[in-house]
Amino acid sequence: MDYFLTEEQQMIKELAARIADEKIKPVAAELDEKEEFPWELMRILGEADLFAVWVPEEYGGLGGGVFEQVLVVEELSRACSGVSVSYAASALGSFPIIMFGTEEQKQRYLPDIASGKRLAAFALTEANAGSDVSGIATTAVLDGDEYVLNGTKQWITNGGEADIYTVIAVTDKEKGPRGYSAFIVEKGTPGLSFGKKEKKLGIRASATREVIFDNCRIPKENLLGREGQGFIIAMKTFDKTRPGVAAQAVGIAQGALDEAVKYARERVQFGQPISSFQGIQFMLADMATQIEAARALVYSVARWIDSGAKDVSQAAAMAKVFASDVAMKVTVDAVQILGGYGYMREYPVEKMMRDAKITQIYEGTNQIQRSIIALDLIKKAAKKK
Amino acid sequence: MHIVACIKQVPDPSQARIDRETGLVIREGVDKIINPYDLHALEEAVRIKEARGGKVTALSMGPRAAEQVLRDAVAMGADQGILLSDRRFAGADTLATSYTLARAIAKLGDVDLVICGKQAVDGDTAQVGPGIAANLDLPHITQVRKIRELTDSKLVAEKLTDRGYEVVEVSLPAVITVVKELNEPRIPGLRGMMRAKKAEIPVWGPEDIEAEADRIGLKGSPTQVWRTFEPERHRKGEMLEGTPEEQAAALWQRLRAL
Repeated sequence: MDYFLTEEQQMIKELAARIADEKIKPVAAELDEKEEFPWELMRILGEADLFAVWVPEEYGGLGGGVFEQVLVVEELSRACSGVSVSYAASALGSFPIIMFGTEEQKQRYLPDIASGKRLAAFALTEANAGSDVSGIATTAVLDGDEYVLNGTKQWITNGGEADIYTVIAVTDKEKGPRGYSAFIVEKGTPGLSFGKKEKKLGIRASATREVIFDNCRIPKENLLGREGQGFIIAMKTFDKTRPGVAAQAVGIAQGALDEAVKYARERVQFGQPISSFQGIQFMLADMATQIEAARALVYSVARWIDSGAKDVSQAAAMAKVFASDVAMKVTVDAVQILGGYGYMREYPVEKMMRDAKITQIYEGTNQIQRSIIALDLIKKAAKKK
Repeated sequence: MHIVACIKQVPDPSQARIDRETGLVIREGVDKIINPYDLHALEEAVRIKEARGGKVTALSMGPRAAEQVLRDAVAMGADQGILLSDRRFAGADTLATSYTLARAIAKLGDVDLVICGKQAVDGDTAQVGPGIAANLDLPHITQVRKIRELTDSKLVAEKLTDRGYEVVEVSLPAVITVVKELNEPRIPGLRGMMRAKKAEIPVWGPEDIEAEADRIGLKGSPTQVWRTFEPERHRKGEMLEGTPEEQAAALWQRLRAL
């Protein structure tokens, strides 16, 4: 289908596709097996200017938005979503700076993020603060010209690999989520350390670690926005990045469909390719239809967000929940079509099935997404009265 | 340092077919790409520029459509691309091509280093690089797999041979032709692609390079392809029977008989 991309968007998509096919696909299985962070691929993505697509031009970027980032993430995810999430996490870590940073903060951090020289990460989740963000226990206390951070963030994508961390911490315990604030913390700051690399079901090329603050002192200029804005910064950030997770899901699903079609045409049983059987055909048809529907939704939402629309939480949640559910279903079906071979690690679809699962979980579980969607419905209906 | 990378647009070898009647490569309806060896030439030119400063000119002779490979070259980091295109250039063999490219390089004037792929994958002659050097009366090294040293006045390189490599030193300006082992060509970035889209690609004809009319194109090309064919394979294997000792003895006898 033609989504009427601009010439520049077409260029971005083709370049990301080329890197996915030529550089990522050949090493995806090995990266998964070794659980190795793809630094070489991050360098290639940086040289290709792909970290620049969502960064404003004034700060070394190409001035694109959510949609451009979505195009890249989708293409990379066809080949390996462990790689694409490492890329996308840098967007997740930098959107708070783009949206809420001061001129100095933007000048200081964004050019290096845009060039791919430094990766960013976003640190919100804690052991007792997942879907329920009100459980955050990491604190930031102003002491003279510095904030002192204490606490442990959990499951931070790019943790230990990234140089720039956007961190949500409590500055006023009394106020609950309204007492949260966002900070920029650089790797190398005394008191900042990282836990062991987590062993995961999928996206195993990506790094997931604890980020630990032990009397970590940062200049007070590293506060993002104002004190108490942390929760809103996190929510506004997710509004921008959930389409990225959705794009990841679309890419994984497309990769799985491509493999399933290829296999179905090659695999001969009962004297004919299994693609000639209606049972297989109907599965492939449903997979393709679901993927196209997911893609259309994700693209529409991304473009709508880039248009400057407010109140996009519901749409962003819809894109994320729909696309990730599609990815899960499509990858399970792809494994089924490949049969015994699909279950083997020599073929790429079992990895895609493992990789797909996380898209239903992170950046807000799909249950939380459905709550966002439903609450928005109810709120709007109540307003009409 | 001014470096010229000579690049050629060739039919994608994965799609290439040969016309059985004429013995010529069928060029119609086949995707065109930069000759793969030339990508390494271009990559090296850009790396030298990045390391030492200077500029890179990509040079190609071909039909107007060959402008695309020059845009690709700009996307990879060349500062400019120049296309030699004119009906009178058409039908050139390696002699006329070498002369024409050499004239263009002479016209550029301040060139310190010319880098070519070792050969084009369509003609496979490997003659144009040395031909340019001969026309310009410059030293050259073919089959360069590594540049060991480069200063403003000399270049030391490893030249790939059948048995290993030779270390060769030339004074600059010079011409080198390069092999795939030299480097890994980059994938152009978005900024480069955008620059390439806007780039002006000047087109030069015989007058622009002050070429002699009877040394270019078909007129300047004494080579005629008489016939092309796939060589018949004469090699055939033979299995020796028996125990390992018997096989070894039989092999020894055969080798002695040669």
